[in-house]
Amino acid sequence: MSDKIPVTVLTGYLGAGKTTLLNRILTEEHGKKFAVIVNEFGEAGIDGDLVVGADEEVFEMNNGCICCTVRGDLIRILDGLMKRKGKFDAIIVETTGLADPAPVAQTFFVDQDVGDATRLDAVVTVTDAKWLKDRLKDAPEAKNQIAFADVIILNKTDLVSAEELAEVEAAIRAINPYAKLHKTERANVDIAALLDRNAFDLDRILDIEPDFLESGHHHHHAEDVRSISLTIPGDVDPEKFMPWINDLSQIQGPNILRSKGILAFKGEPRRFVFQGVHMILDGDLQRDWKAGEKRESRLVFIGRELDEAALRKGFEACAA
Amino acid sequence: MTAPNPSVSLREHVVPIKAETHVVAVRWLKQALVLGLADGRVLRWRDGATDIVEAHAGGILCATGDKDRLISGGDDGRVVATGAEGEPEELAKDPKRRWIDAITLSAGGNLAWNTGKTVHARDEKGRIRTLEAASTPQGLVFAPKGYRLAIAQMNGVSLWYPNTEAKPEFLEWKGSHLDVAWSPDGRFVVTSMQENALHGWKLGDKPSHMRMTGYPAKPRSLSWSHDGLWLASSGADGAIVWPFQGDGPQGKAPRECGVRHARVTRVAFHPGALVLAIGYDDGCILLVRLTDGSELLVRPAQKGSGISAFAWDKGGKRLAFGAEDGAAGVLTLPA
Repeated sequence: MSDKIPVTVLTGYLGAGKTTLLNRILTEEHGKKFAVIVNEFGEAGIDGDLVVGADEEVFEMNNGCICCTVRGDLIRILDGLMKRKGKFDAIIVETTGLADPAPVAQTFFVDQDVGDATRLDAVVTVTDAKWLKDRLKDAPEAKNQIAFADVIILNKTDLVSAEELAEVEAAIRAINPYAKLHKTERANVDIAALLDRNAFDLDRILDIEPDFLESGHHHHHAEDVRSISLTIPGDVDPEKFMPWINDLSQIQGPNILRSKGILAFKGEPRRFVFQGVHMILDGDLQRDWKAGEKRESRLVFIGRELDEAALRKGFEACAA
Repeated sequence: MTAPNPSVSLREHVVPIKAETHVVAVRWLKQALVLGLADGRVLRWRDGATDIVEAHAGGILCATGDKDRLISGGDDGRVVATGAEGEPEELAKDPKRRWIDAITLSAGGNLAWNTGKTVHARDEKGRIRTLEAASTPQGLVFAPKGYRLAIAQMNGVSLWYPNTEAKPEFLEWKGSHLDVAWSPDGRFVVTSMQENALHGWKLGDKPSHMRMTGYPAKPRSLSWSHDGLWLASSGADGAIVWPFQGDGPQGKAPRECGVRHARVTRVAFHPGALVLAIGYDDGCILLVRLTDGSELLVRPAQKGSGISAFAWDKGGKRLAFGAEDGAAGVLTLPA
């Protein structure tokens, strides 16, 4: 997998500071060469040889899966870029402020040519400390972008008071407590914190999410987009779990933005790890459970209008 | 189905060419073979002697041409013609440097290309007309006769007469249409699709659909036989060849030629015989005779050297190929 080109998706509402961040990534000395896919109607000001304008052409796959939308323009552009391998080390995809990150992420799982040549590294969302709370009220896209994020840049912290900052951080955490959060003024985050996150790599799911194994965080039930974490303190029966999770993702897929899980299957020495984007699930048996490591089964869903009680009941019925 | 017999090999008739970077297109001109490369250069080859010219400031994304010129579209937003001699000539340039994703030339000299969603058509007198497509086209091809252009895009194909004001006819089929081919008799239009399938239309007052499915990968290379009765395609572990006699392939099974444990990436029918050149992602090239399925080995598998371009010369005596690692070569068929 090391020879696949990493792709970072950069999202964020208009004016949050995406372009500032992108320019920093491109101009800072880090010894990496990037190909950048920008949206043609976005905030201007990015130029260079390997900057490609995209049109955000989203289409629905003809596979009967209603939320399985992908970015046709991205498939086309990545195909073109792959002929110039060696000219760049990584790819950054900037989306418009109004874009739903799901079709971008799904493109990497649905299109075989894209998946063979590249890997989705992480979704980075830039947010604006001053205006985010308003956007969360009036813009569903802003919420989706936070729910989807692996890394969140809480930018323009100099424009708000400490109390306001704490409030906006709590609002973010209510939607997505798992993303890495960096507070910045002029998007001045260490570039290394954005790149090579391996956020979609099954082997790395635990490494990048230290919050993942800490249960009992506070839920803000007022939010329609939120996260739900479920635990069974032991093994699950794969014969029950697999049909349940497949059915669940088919039926509730449109509302489940991201999902992740680490499971102990009865009689299986290795951990089963999966992650999903809407209806698309990717899972595999990973490393062995370590001696002294507690065998338990955990799931995380981030989504819209999720019924926590029903999810819990369904999951607990999978216990071995 | 069997492995090619090494004794029936054409390997010793292949002259290698070093292109050193991904070969996007190969084309035989009257006086030279030209190779369009992913770094924007064009390599010209004349019986072993080579020279290189810079055609694009970026990379070459697509190419077409005739007996005198390779016409390439680049990621520098330029359309450039390169002949057997002299410097490349710029035919068009997009001020916004948008990619030229698709380009095509008709037998009569009409040229078409896209910049983003805009399709440009230039007739033989140099008059340019443009059309805004609903999405960025990835495939363009002219009808075999007349000034009519097929534009593959999201959810279908537009058929456009650039010299009329008439609204293009839209052949609708849900999904993302990539490459497009028009049968030599003008009766069929076929696209390759995102969903690992071909979709075809039999043209007429009420175009009828043809679905050609079952590919494990996208069939990105299409080639008509010289008699127009067969359409070969890539995207499977052998070349999939559909019969286009009568009403087309609907309800008929395709031929599968040169089945190996590798993926076919390029196909090219011989210009005068039912012989198909098949290139694979493992670098192997076979020639297969459609009538009896017999196979000849042209190039053995070479890791990382998947075949990316083919061209037969006009008389069908020589086959040029290019690969993604910059290897290339010319097979001269023994007399």
